[in-house]
Amino acid sequence: MELLMAIVAGILFTAAIYLILSRSLIKVILGTGLLSHGAHLFILTMGGLGGSAPPVLLDGVTEYADPLPQALILTAIVISFGVTAFILVLAYRTYAVHKTDDLNSMKGNDEHD
Amino acid sequence: MSMINLLLFPIIIPFFFAIVLLFFKEQVRIQRILTVIGLSASIASAFTLVMKVKQDGIQTLTLGSWPAPFGITMVSDMFSALLVTSTLVITLLVAIYSFSSIGEERERFFYYPAILFMITGVNGAFTTGDIFNMFVFFEVLLIASYLLIVLGGEKRQLRESIKYILVNVISSAFFVITVAYLYSIVGTLNMADIGQKIADIGQPGIVSVIGVLLLLVFGIKAGIFPLYFWMPGSYAAPPVPILALFGALLTKVGVYAITRTYTLFFVNDLAFTHTILMVLSLLTIVAGCIGALAYFDLKQIIIYNILIAIGVILFGVSMMNEAGMQGAVFYLIHDMLIKGALFLIIGIMIYVTGTSNLREMGGLIKTHAPLGWLFLIAAFGLAGIPPLSGFVGKLLIVQGGFEHGQLFGTIVILASSLVVLLSVIRIFIYAFWGEPVALQPTNRKTYKHMMFPAVILVALSVLYGVGTEWIFPYVSDAAHVLLDPSSYINAVLKE
Repeated sequence: MELLMAIVAGILFTAAIYLILSRSLIKVILGTGLLSHGAHLFILTMGGLGGSAPPVLLDGVTEYADPLPQALILTAIVISFGVTAFILVLAYRTYAVHKTDDLNSMKGNDEHD
Repeated sequence: MSMINLLLFPIIIPFFFAIVLLFFKEQVRIQRILTVIGLSASIASAFTLVMKVKQDGIQTLTLGSWPAPFGITMVSDMFSALLVTSTLVITLLVAIYSFSSIGEERERFFYYPAILFMITGVNGAFTTGDIFNMFVFFEVLLIASYLLIVLGGEKRQLRESIKYILVNVISSAFFVITVAYLYSIVGTLNMADIGQKIADIGQPGIVSVIGVLLLLVFGIKAGIFPLYFWMPGSYAAPPVPILALFGALLTKVGVYAITRTYTLFFVNDLAFTHTILMVLSLLTIVAGCIGALAYFDLKQIIIYNILIAIGVILFGVSMMNEAGMQGAVFYLIHDMLIKGALFLIIGIMIYVTGTSNLREMGGLIKTHAPLGWLFLIAAFGLAGIPPLSGFVGKLLIVQGGFEHGQLFGTIVILASSLVVLLSVIRIFIYAFWGEPVALQPTNRKTYKHMMFPAVILVALSVLYGVGTEWIFPYVSDAAHVLLDPSSYINAVLKE
């Protein structure tokens, strides 16, 4: 099961990197979304997919799933959610000001903005 | 009063004041007063903390009174206490500088809360003893820095913010992935516990791979070769006080994280991990030297000097001997002070001349003599001329390099000092000597208000150099813990 999940996370990373290298800003942001999905899936996998019960204390249950990776993922999800919301608004502003979403045409140097 | 929470004060006080400031969006005066009060109180607590660590050794606190590896442990050894103190002092001076230079429009839009939230993250990252908690504090400081870099919404700021945020989002994802790898091998997140478990299993190959991954993550934050590509563009976009904070503090968090993990976790295969670190630090110096000489732009010259300093510090760390480590600690704090000072000074030069292009300046010494001499002192301090602050650190790093037998690398360090000196003296010659150019009228009062924090910061860096005898015991304590991870581990995992 871990092997399958590792392959799936790998595919997510591949797709993320391909999208991040594209020219369109919105595709790059979609790429960061896939990247964080891959990272979160990866924590879950590397924590081990053993345990038969959810980590809630109940009488008679002894085999719980590891609760620590789940807490880490929950933290990482809200952080990446906040950052994604910020970057989407930033992309919207940048589109309004620069009149383009093509990253290649967002050029400039110290003399020319 | 029990003082076990003392090491949390430099994190909690700025956080508390940042929250309070959110309620005073339009009252700029109240914001300024509260910012100064909050940062002064934090500085007082940080100084108390340094004294406490000096007297009683490493301070640890596991939140919620859970036993050590199970809760989040906060650890304050001398290294982190010194960095926390310098961070707060620089931030206070930059905040005072902002009063007259950042402009009311930005001040009305959560400028001071963003600074205080960023300092919460920086101090938290310096103090935490838990690798995932370090990730969270990194995100705290990064999200605040995203706001600071884009605040004002100029065309160039928007463009560079996109790049800055994308690079950091990718590096944060790498951080999460690396923590996942580490957790799957050692099964713990507490840094002392990780250090001990890696020592127990004798650092197999996979742990060295994680070491390289962490170098990748923190190297993007610190701007080491070849991961510094985002820095020159992004740092030049925001106004100077923000640039001063970023240049003095943010890259240093990456340097701290590399130093901490490479002295606590990856100490069993030095020939592999620390050779990579050494080679990359030397290449960073070379890249920085090329950039520092290539540009005629004030901001770019000093930004590339950040790279050189990061290379020098990490070279000292990679030597893993007493002189090298003491030099790295001494040079790190020197560099925070002097980079803060230099950015504030070039901010004044840009305010006076209305440009950051050296070719359009000249003859400033006739109209602004104190500014010229202040810049010259800071420039000599940066290059490491003996009575000033850059000297002792680099001397110790060079000594460490020779003791380690790294003849070539050490010569690169010495040669880089000449390039640093050349790059900043070029600023002095172009801007202060030569034919005076016509200046547009500037407000003399604003100029004086901007000079005040810059003078204090340069004076502090001179004191830091002249007062080496007083400061050295603290630096020596810091280096001792870094070289002897068992003292850190024992302090955290005691019964």
